[in-house]
Amino acid sequence: MPLLEVTELTGGYGATDILHAVSFAVEEGGITTILGANGAGKTSVLRALCGMLRVSSGKIAFSAQTLNGKATESIVRLGIGHVPDGRGTFLNLTTEENLRVGAMTRRDKAGVAEDFERVYGYFPRLKERRNQQAGTLSGGEQQMLAISRALMLRPRLLLLDEPSFGLAPLVVQDIFRIMRAINKEQKVAILLVEQNASLALELADTAYLLETGTVVMSGPADELRQAESVRRSYLGY
Amino acid sequence: MEAFLHQVFSGLANGAIYASLALALVMIYQSTHHINFAQGEMAMFSTYLAWAMINAGVPYWAAFGLTVVASFFIGMIIERVIVRRVADAPVLTLVVVFIALLVILNSITGWIFSYTIKVFPSPFPEQPLFGPYISSHEAGVVGITLFVLLLLFLFFRFTSLGLAMRATAENAVSSRLSGIRVGWMLALGWGLAAAIGAIAGMMVAPIVYLDPNMMSGILLYGIAAALMGGIDNPFGAVVGGLIVGVLENLMGAYVVGTELKLTVALLVIIGVLIFKPTGLFGRSFVTRV
Repeated sequence: MPLLEVTELTGGYGATDILHAVSFAVEEGGITTILGANGAGKTSVLRALCGMLRVSSGKIAFSAQTLNGKATESIVRLGIGHVPDGRGTFLNLTTEENLRVGAMTRRDKAGVAEDFERVYGYFPRLKERRNQQAGTLSGGEQQMLAISRALMLRPRLLLLDEPSFGLAPLVVQDIFRIMRAINKEQKVAILLVEQNASLALELADTAYLLETGTVVMSGPADELRQAESVRRSYLGY
Repeated sequence: MEAFLHQVFSGLANGAIYASLALALVMIYQSTHHINFAQGEMAMFSTYLAWAMINAGVPYWAAFGLTVVASFFIGMIIERVIVRRVADAPVLTLVVVFIALLVILNSITGWIFSYTIKVFPSPFPEQPLFGPYISSHEAGVVGITLFVLLLLFLFFRFTSLGLAMRATAENAVSSRLSGIRVGWMLALGWGLAAAIGAIAGMMVAPIVYLDPNMMSGILLYGIAAALMGGIDNPFGAVVGGLIVGVLENLMGAYVVGTELKLTVALLVIIGVLIFKPTGLFGRSFVTRV
């Protein structure tokens, strides 16, 4: 049984449905990516998982629990770290305080201290800037901080919303390399939503293609990379 | 010169009270971006609670402590029961709710305790202990305010609950995504604001006497103080309170006379809004879209 299984999910904002019978899964320790153009509904999928989007039908199951109707806070506490679009940095708090907020729900002090070292190990830049106000960090550093903040929760599943957005290619490569390491070493499953299809397909093992709120293609990442239509529309060669 | 110093010191004491009230306003403003117009009446109601307890024979400091705790819970209940329901309503709805709360608290208090003016005791001795320029009560007010400030600072700076509240005030969505129970943080903010207000009420009541309308002027000074310091800055609220207190006293004594003192507060409000809407220490936010 997959760690996360979404079945026939339909929902949206107000009276308008944005997602139409979307189904996908993330395996324990796996990396799944949802690709799609701007406005395809990628962010909405992640928001639906975290109880921030009206769900009118369908089922969201996370390790044998149903997430439908649960409050965002409760869903997060089950072990789902969400790195939101726009990064959600607490600009007026320091880097370290941002990470402490990420670990807010945890009671195991020793484990939290370990995780501080761990994320500082992945992102040494954050350690250098740990007493700096997070609002003064660069875009790339804030993205690292957002990922680290989510990791401080010790999640079983990490939701990443366009981590490459607005960043220099070198920084993006760096971040993707570290995400692969995190997935391998921490056994964290990842659900990655991306516009940058070539990067995402390189990282992921399973991929789904979303168009106007519907899954139009799915399969192993390698297969999608070979597919003619994906290559033309999303990889551009 | 002596008279002048006296005016300055008693201005500081009044200012400390305005500062407390301004602080309560800022705490609620930071997380909800609304000014709680009922803050003054909540403080007044708390002060009546203290008065009732003292009248029933409870020692002053016990009554003080119980009032602060009771006010904390009343504030939380008001948030959970009333404010929460209109949290996403348009601003005008909220303003109406806050004003309704003000009127309701005012008339309930009048109905329970009557509108006759009552004497409220000061816990500090009659004779001045700190020289001729400042009475013991005034010195005590400043001392208690500073102590409360210190406690709040320590709470927000060093506890994880304080950090959670700061996070919630800054970015509620991100806080939720970190598993923080945002609703409870807001309720807690209201509770703390009500508790701080209660202290302000008990400190000002010996000076202005206890009656259901005692906070109406003080709230104006509090709003002036909060705006002057920057409505989103707790430190600014305190500095603003002290400035407004001293300014009010000096203007009252030497320039406009006591009758027009309240006008000074209104002028400060209007002046700040026109010339420096962010206040002395406030930040102007630029929103990127």
